[in-house]
Amino acid sequence: MRRGIGFWTGLGFTLLISAFLILPVLASVIAGVTANQFVGLSSGLTTRWLVEVWANYGGTVLLSLRIALATLAVTLLIGIPAAYVLARHAGVTARLVEEALVMPVAVPGIATALGLILAYGAVGDLRASWLFILAGHVVFCLPFMLRSVLAVLLALDLKGLEEAARACGASWPQRFLGVVLPNVSGGVLAGSLMVVTLSLGEFNMTLLLHTPFTRTLPVGLADAYTALRTEMASAYTLIFFVLIVPLLSAMQWAASRAERLGR
Amino acid sequence: MPDRLRAALLIAPALAVFLAFFLVPLGQLAVAGGAGGYTTILTEPRYWRSLASTLLVAAGTTAITLAIATAVGLFLARTRFPGRGTLLALLTLPLAFPGVVVGYLVIMLAGRQGLVANISLALGGDRIVFAYSLSGLLLGYVYFSIPRTLLTVMAAAEKLDPRLEEAARSLGASSFGVLRDVLLPGLAPALTAAGAICFATATGAFGTAFALASRIDVLPMVIYTEFTLQANLAVAAALSFLLGLATWAVLALARGASGGAAA
Amino acid sequence: MSVAIRLAGCGRTWPGGSIALHPLDLDIAAGETLVLLGPSGCGKTTLLRLIAGLEAPDAGGRVFFDGEDVTRLPIERRHVGMVFQSYALFPNMDVAGNIGYGLRVRGVARAAARRRVDEMLAMMRLDGLGGRRIEALSGGQRQRVALARAIAPRPRVLLLDEPLSALDARLREQLRQEIDALLRSLGITAVYVTHDQAEAMALGDRIAAMEKGRIAQIGTGRDLYHRPANDFVAGFVGDTNRLATPEGERLVRPEHLALRRSATGGFTVVQATFLGPVVRVLLRDAAGRELRADVPDEDVPAPGERVAVLFQGRSLETEAAASPA
Repeated sequence: MRRGIGFWTGLGFTLLISAFLILPVLASVIAGVTANQFVGLSSGLTTRWLVEVWANYGGTVLLSLRIALATLAVTLLIGIPAAYVLARHAGVTARLVEEALVMPVAVPGIATALGLILAYGAVGDLRASWLFILAGHVVFCLPFMLRSVLAVLLALDLKGLEEAARACGASWPQRFLGVVLPNVSGGVLAGSLMVVTLSLGEFNMTLLLHTPFTRTLPVGLADAYTALRTEMASAYTLIFFVLIVPLLSAMQWAASRAERLGR
Repeated sequence: MPDRLRAALLIAPALAVFLAFFLVPLGQLAVAGGAGGYTTILTEPRYWRSLASTLLVAAGTTAITLAIATAVGLFLARTRFPGRGTLLALLTLPLAFPGVVVGYLVIMLAGRQGLVANISLALGGDRIVFAYSLSGLLLGYVYFSIPRTLLTVMAAAEKLDPRLEEAARSLGASSFGVLRDVLLPGLAPALTAAGAICFATATGAFGTAFALASRIDVLPMVIYTEFTLQANLAVAAALSFLLGLATWAVLALARGASGGAAA
Repeated sequence: MSVAIRLAGCGRTWPGGSIALHPLDLDIAAGETLVLLGPSGCGKTTLLRLIAGLEAPDAGGRVFFDGEDVTRLPIERRHVGMVFQSYALFPNMDVAGNIGYGLRVRGVARAAARRRVDEMLAMMRLDGLGGRRIEALSGGQRQRVALARAIAPRPRVLLLDEPLSALDARLREQLRQEIDALLRSLGITAVYVTHDQAEAMALGDRIAAMEKGRIAQIGTGRDLYHRPANDFVAGFVGDTNRLATPEGERLVRPEHLALRRSATGGFTVVQATFLGPVVRVLLRDAAGRELRADVPDEDVPAPGERVAVLFQGRSLETEAAASPA
């Protein structure tokens, strides 16, 4: 089929937007491994900046990973049961609870963080602990786990499957572990990728919640952007991309897989 | 165990987290402003100016993002060509980039050493730099919002009944007529939902503004400054609470208008 | 090991106050197949779910299996087998996994469970499909897997909730015969819910015709067809005409009417439709009352012709007219 002018205009515009999104990423990646950004690529490639950043900021990466995994564990543990209850109950109360649980997404992180500091900033050593940041991340990420699992549960004939399992003699733990969980694995996977990605990149809350002892990756990045030379900032950003891009790609893969299975 | 008791036990942990780390902090935030805080922000013109620029940037972000995402989304949803999958993957890759990284990417694009500056210099013009202003912030928010909005538009476009368009064409409608009378009305709920999320995000996020690090006077930045630099807790709390209330209301209204499509 | 089921005073009221099932008593003999027949919303599925233990009856209602009071026993401990309208097969398990599920959760030894699953696969003509994923099965195969899953743990009672309604007509007929043969060979007490009267007639030792949360009539297919207790049963089980005769109003089946051309006949032919086995003739009298007759496809009067309507042979009587009480 011959393509009309509409196709080429559309393609051109789409390519332009892709360039807008991707070129700065490439520029940043290249700058992170360039010996001297002012001179340009001719100055040669180097891992010097990466090594230097890791020496100074490696701790932020490890802390962010620790917080992300802890956030994941907590959201899995409390999010999946909550999604299950919300999927099984159709009443007004259940809808109100659902509404409440997803509310933290709609409120700017800086407001939630300020509230957390006001409420718990003076409680023991909590303020200086990474658990303080964890609390914020859990509140913010829980809605994503909840929605992701809930969407899959609602697409299933959950009530029918559970009744069938009961008719076969299955107790509640047997049917929850043997029938419900295996059938929401897609939603759990998508939710988990989202939670880890969001927690690794969370800045709006964490900037207020962190202390010098609990500096996370994005907070370190913001510091680097204002204080360090471009090559270092870019190398730091590169480390972040190395963590986050595989997660985002996995998320795209999970979404397309879910779409295929849904058909 | 009775079903109701089990449901209550399963959802209790999620509700406890919500109460302890969201509702209580937000309550503290609401009262911490005190009469003084709320009076100050209502009477001092600089808060009003800040509100105006925040809303301006948010509205601009929403309009530009919707226009771009609709054009690209309709194009990608309705055409098939080699490389389409790759293009889509590139366009949605920045889906969960944190605002602070997006701010840095804007610097890579439009900063003093940015791509735009270097290109304009190479072409013999002046060094074009606009990263560190409201336009830079706008650019960052558009960058941030395109992937998610694009996905929403494409999902909605693929659900549109192609027979409607065929019917319109059979009745003699032009391409523009089809767009105006069939496609846009069909996409309207999704656009409303996605637009509301753009608007709320652009109102409440501040990672990007923080990374651009200059005299950008949007509300979240003002809150941060009041809290950290001036230790003006009452004003920071009052502003945060009203900001949170506003973004939540925008999203709730949009969800009502779009029939539940908004997050 | 089939049991007799007895329901005493079992009703069901929804939390909103609407009544799904008025309190009723019901006895189902061991090994009997009882069909619950009626339109949607008549309470037949609610009644089935009460027997299954998926719903609890309102206070005062009692369910007995062979004299044992199982009212407070949830379904997972009643040892019943159930086939659902949507099949509700577990998508995360293959065919053998589904069929063996009831054995696994009850802790049957692995080797014994595998033998039983193989037996079920053979019985349901599913040989070689044990490792197949559910989404790769046809509708008829899914139906068989659902049946096999329900039967595998040798339940005391088999409950079927419109098991054939998702299938197309030809497959439905074939599977109906298979289920009929299966129920007879197992000799299991079965309760079968359907809205299809042909299915009810073919499968049920007895049929309970249900209307608005009550059992309107319970009896054999012949009872319901020839001696319907009321207009509802007459209308739902087969087609029926309401005919005014000197003895009073009568319900008459269309196939029990015969037509004779007669210039002085009381009816005019409005329409004659060839249906295959019979021709359905629509008739109208001077007062505008309509009548349907099914006649053999031989010398059928044409629209506009005047005819006399005979009801020779057995004519239909309502239960009230026939019984002395």
